Amino acid sequence: MKSAMEFLRLLRIEIIKTFLKKRTYLGFLIILLIVPLVEIALKLEGGRFLRMAMRGVAQDFILLGNVFNGWFVSHQIMNSLWIQIPILISFVAGDQLAGEATGGTYRLLLIRPVSRTKIFLAKYFTTVLYVLLFVTFLGVLSVGLALLLLGSGDMIVLQQGILVLAESDVAWRFVMAYILAAWSMITVASIGFLFSSFVENAIGPIVGTMGVIIVLTIITVIPVETFSGIRGYLFTYHMAAWQKMFADPVPWNDIRMSVLNLAGYIVGAVAAAWVIFVRKDVLT
Amino acid sequence: MASEVILFTRNLGKRYKDRWAVRNLNLEVHRGDIFGFLGPNGAGKSTTIRMLLSLIKPTEGGVELFGHNLKTRRAYALMSVGGIVEKPDFYSYLTATRNLDLVGALSGGVQKKRIDEVLDLVGLSGRGGDKVKTYSHGMKQRLGIAQALLSDPELIILDEPTSGLDPQGMKEVRGLVLHLAKDQKKTIFLSSHLLNEIEIVANRMAIINKGELVVQGDVNKLLDEGERYVVVRGEPKPKIKAVLRNTKKLYAGYTERDGAFEVKMDFKDVHLLNKALVGAGVHVHALVPRRSLEDFFLSITENESRQ
Repeated sequence: MKSAMEFLRLLRIEIIKTFLKKRTYLGFLIILLIVPLVEIALKLEGGRFLRMAMRGVAQDFILLGNVFNGWFVSHQIMNSLWIQIPILISFVAGDQLAGEATGGTYRLLLIRPVSRTKIFLAKYFTTVLYVLLFVTFLGVLSVGLALLLLGSGDMIVLQQGILVLAESDVAWRFVMAYILAAWSMITVASIGFLFSSFVENAIGPIVGTMGVIIVLTIITVIPVETFSGIRGYLFTYHMAAWQKMFADPVPWNDIRMSVLNLAGYIVGAVAAAWVIFVRKDVLT
Repeated sequence: MASEVILFTRNLGKRYKDRWAVRNLNLEVHRGDIFGFLGPNGAGKSTTIRMLLSLIKPTEGGVELFGHNLKTRRAYALMSVGGIVEKPDFYSYLTATRNLDLVGALSGGVQKKRIDEVLDLVGLSGRGGDKVKTYSHGMKQRLGIAQALLSDPELIILDEPTSGLDPQGMKEVRGLVLHLAKDQKKTIFLSSHLLNEIEIVANRMAIINKGELVVQGDVNKLLDEGERYVVVRGEPKPKIKAVLRNTKKLYAGYTERDGAFEVKMDFKDVHLLNKALVGAGVHVHALVPRRSLEDFFLSITENESRQ
């Protein structure tokens, strides 16, 4: 009980420190600017975007009703933003430990009669909380605003062909997609956290995390036979598992494999970061 | 009866690759001490303090605080310890009060009243609501002392707390250290590279050089040990020699070095020698009391700055 209270106290400390820092809100600000901008622009363009996207196959379909709607647009936004979001996530996750080293505040923090493990866990849970808030914010803003501006209707999914999902079948898919997206971003945050545990400057963890993501993404998407054997083990391959929520039927087995693969990366990165952190000599 | 030892190190050592930053360090700090930890820059003082506060892990040996092994019972060992390591850094985007609230929470939580008390004690009352980024170096140093005192620890470890302060600031910090020791019965472990500073405030001290303990003990005893002499500078030199020939009862011997006379004598008789010199028509430029420990410390400090 005493130990749990102590941990909650540490969690409160880390939440205060993180959420009173301006850089924490940079990601929220960028999303707050970019999502309305794109959605308003798409509304002004009308269905031209949809017609361009469906060029080549449009003659095979007769589309009735409001298909250029909020669901379609927010799905497109989710697709296009998923490259930039990891940068914003690593911006905060990478600062959790490295920020203390850079600021010299390890000397304030780690001389107290509390274990380094508890401090580490409080910092990690704060990072996870940030990721969850960030992804929720993105989801609510993106879907909510799109529905407000463009209305609802059946959803067209443009992935290796055209799939039409009934309006009543879409909302739960978005919820699940954002849960899976949050899981992917927790993986990114965990890798950022690992870099943060041994790098002692603010920029290193961001560069490190993005470097890993870029290299592994290239290996994931480049059509080279040599990489085919390892592709399925890379977390970048599984980070897009949320897209599978818009397939019909939903490939639950594939999603389960992706969730487990990402879990492996999360556990591995956090365990390595913990070992580094508790053994670390604070020299800054 | 000897007072209780509340901090001791046993063969403490830290090695970085093939260089020992600290080696075979055996320190003893007694309850109620103001313990001066003296050494030139780079002697290993901060490395030692980092090991005492568990910021770095010793390569060999260990630390006991209040009877608890720091390695195996870290939380208990650090329960009654507060400290500053090198320059005090804080969360600059937060106010001083908020910083102290967070630091206090790490030690089990403190009330607002206690935060106000320590801010008042270090002369920062009225500035607690300001963000730390607006603070001067001296104010941060005082805030550093405030955070060290926050949980009302028995042992306060201060790493060069007067570093970078102006003379007035240094005087205030020394006054605060004496107040904490005498009025609040705290034990203070104070590192410094200034012998004079340790002499003013400390009752016991250790000197460290190149990571190894040189000497440890009671400040007055250590300073009294060995030879005491007075450096006499003046003109004309033949007259000085003549005076020294006629006042042999005042001193135990003298040597001439670098145009000055080093006269081995008790400091309480310096005024008699001065009187004799002036009476003989010597223009006395300086009479400088010196002690062998002081000389020794100056020599290692000078060697360090030359390297």
